[in-house]
Amino acid sequence: MQMLRYALYTGCTARESTPELLKSTLAVAEKLGIELVLLDEASCCGASHLQDYDDFLSLVLNARNICYAEKLGLTMVTICNTCQLNTAMTKHRLDTNPELKAKVNVKLAEVGLEYKGTSEVTHFLYAIIQDYGLENLAKKVNVPLSQFNIAPFYGCHNIRPSELQNLSNGGENPYNPTSLDDLIIACGGNNVDYDAKNKCCGFHAELQSPHTAAVLTGNALSGAIDANADWMVTPCPLCHLKLDVQHHGASKAIGREVSLPVLHMPQMVGLALGCTPAELGLQHHVTKVNFV
Amino acid sequence: MDGLKSQQVTFKLFRFNKDTDYLPYYNTYVLDVTHEEVILDVLNRIKWDHDGSLSYRRSCRHGICGICSIKVNGKAILACKARIFDLINVFGADMTIDPLSTKRAIKDLIIDKEDFWDKHAQVKPFLVTDVEENPSLENLVSPHDAEKLLEADYCIQCGACHYSCPALEINDRFIGPAAFAAAFRFAADVRDDSSLERLHIVNEETEGVWDCVKCMECAEACPKDVNPIEKITKLHNMIFDTGIAKDNVATRHAVGFAHSINKHGLLDEGELVRYSEGNIGVMKHLPEAFEMWKNGKIVMPWNMPKSKNLDEVKKLIESSSTVKF
Ligand code: SF4
Ligand code: SF4
Ligand code: SF4
Ligand code: FES
Repeated sequence: MQMLRYALYTGCTARESTPELLKSTLAVAEKLGIELVLLDEASCCGASHLQDYDDFLSLVLNARNICYAEKLGLTMVTICNTCQLNTAMTKHRLDTNPELKAKVNVKLAEVGLEYKGTSEVTHFLYAIIQDYGLENLAKKVNVPLSQFNIAPFYGCHNIRPSELQNLSNGGENPYNPTSLDDLIIACGGNNVDYDAKNKCCGFHAELQSPHTAAVLTGNALSGAIDANADWMVTPCPLCHLKLDVQHHGASKAIGREVSLPVLHMPQMVGLALGCTPAELGLQHHVTKVNFV
Repeated sequence: MDGLKSQQVTFKLFRFNKDTDYLPYYNTYVLDVTHEEVILDVLNRIKWDHDGSLSYRRSCRHGICGICSIKVNGKAILACKARIFDLINVFGADMTIDPLSTKRAIKDLIIDKEDFWDKHAQVKPFLVTDVEENPSLENLVSPHDAEKLLEADYCIQCGACHYSCPALEINDRFIGPAAFAAAFRFAADVRDDSSLERLHIVNEETEGVWDCVKCMECAEACPKDVNPIEKITKLHNMIFDTGIAKDNVATRHAVGFAHSINKHGLLDEGELVRYSEGNIGVMKHLPEAFEMWKNGKIVMPWNMPKSKNLDEVKKLIESSSTVKF
């Protein structure tokens, strides 16, 4: 197989509150022989909140991030669902609206950049599935996760709105997503089905609407627990922060103790590929990963 | 049935009569369906051939009246528009048919939509304007101005988005995506004189746009591509543009991103929480922050990573900002 190369947009979270995500992403890429070029120039995607404040500014900044992937001639991969949404949304709006693109490029020209629209933007989960291939991944699994019931938590911003996301996620249906389930199976694990797997974790309203956010987190954790999951896995560091760190608030909101270890998608793959807990940064979790 | 593809499908149908039943139950029907049939055809067949007491709403049969919306395996659909073969592609041949909101069921698939209409009424979904009662000319809106509505006027008030919204499910004071789309539809109308009043209504804490969790369920659910979350984002923008944004945790949370990006390129997560909550409000996050710090999840201010070529980011923020707070 030809060596896969991508420009990696880490987002902020992987460089701050979820260092284990960046660590495990790089470890898995190395094991699979995927080259990731870090986009150190990139700035925050705005997380859909800057967009509420200043839509045009967020377009300019996100376009600038994509420019750096274009300069390398590489597809940009993201490791955060919300980064994926905001970057792909920017790309889609500029690619389908020449007038808007021209307006953004006037600004980018001030710093010597031009947005062309030549780089694709895709989440690492879908890059693994579509470009690397699940059969190829399965062949590399040397520690199959067969003793675990694993609950996939998809996270909204990889699957909705499907009209946008289907440009890069292989046509995943948000009402019955399968990618993460398929990945669990390829890693030798048992995928667990539960209602909340494609629902919202509440992260984005955590400060403004703490009760709503906490109930949603609680529903996700309790759904996975009731479906007999040993742990959860998610492709989004923001979902991870909510599920891993905030289970106390969630438990209080739904009136039931809920807590479950939650792994980042690359941490799960890394375990199956034989990476050590330290290589995957498992010591950083607040809800302790007690099974390895 | 020449030339028709057909397939066997199992339908589990929600049944409930508010007046006589203590709990809902399901009836199961196994039917051969053709690739031409929509869900409404099946409901009709069950009612006409199997059980005349089955109750559901339908009228136009053309995706216009918005009355026939129900859920199939949790997905909100218009019964008269959703082709069964398309649903088989998503879910396979087992389908559970529920009312849009089971807790609001009156009889089988018929629900009490009162809360939906109340929320609509709350945003004043009508033009407020001084017009001559007997005008001599039409009151024209240019195509350019009509486009500003972003097709929000395509809403048929079916409730698919409203009853798919998780924020509303938990917080029943939340105005919800359909009414927000209506608020935008009139606030963006050049003939309307009440835009500001409507923006104040959707700017309220607990009820307004700030309590949206950004799950995108409403955009996914809408059979008319109204894209309510896009309109919600526009309402946020209009709240800032008109200067009516209050100084509170929600607005500071949005504005805080611009400050942080200007300083580091990246988001300073800790500082965002402090800036949004204020020095006192931030205290309630300390137990969690301590847990995070213990596990190496907090970057200290002096170690805050910065984007390379940060001067570019600063320059772009300087030149491309369109809003002041
Ligand atoms: S969504 Fe979060 S992690 Fe991603 S770039 Fe924005 S702030 Fe950073
Ligand atoms: S995006 Fe907001 S309004 Fe739309 S369904 Fe989700 S919470 Fe409700
Ligand atoms: S916005 Fe769409 S889903 Fe919501 S009520 Fe209107 S037509 Fe129905
Ligand atoms: S019957 Fe009118 S929209 Fe379906």
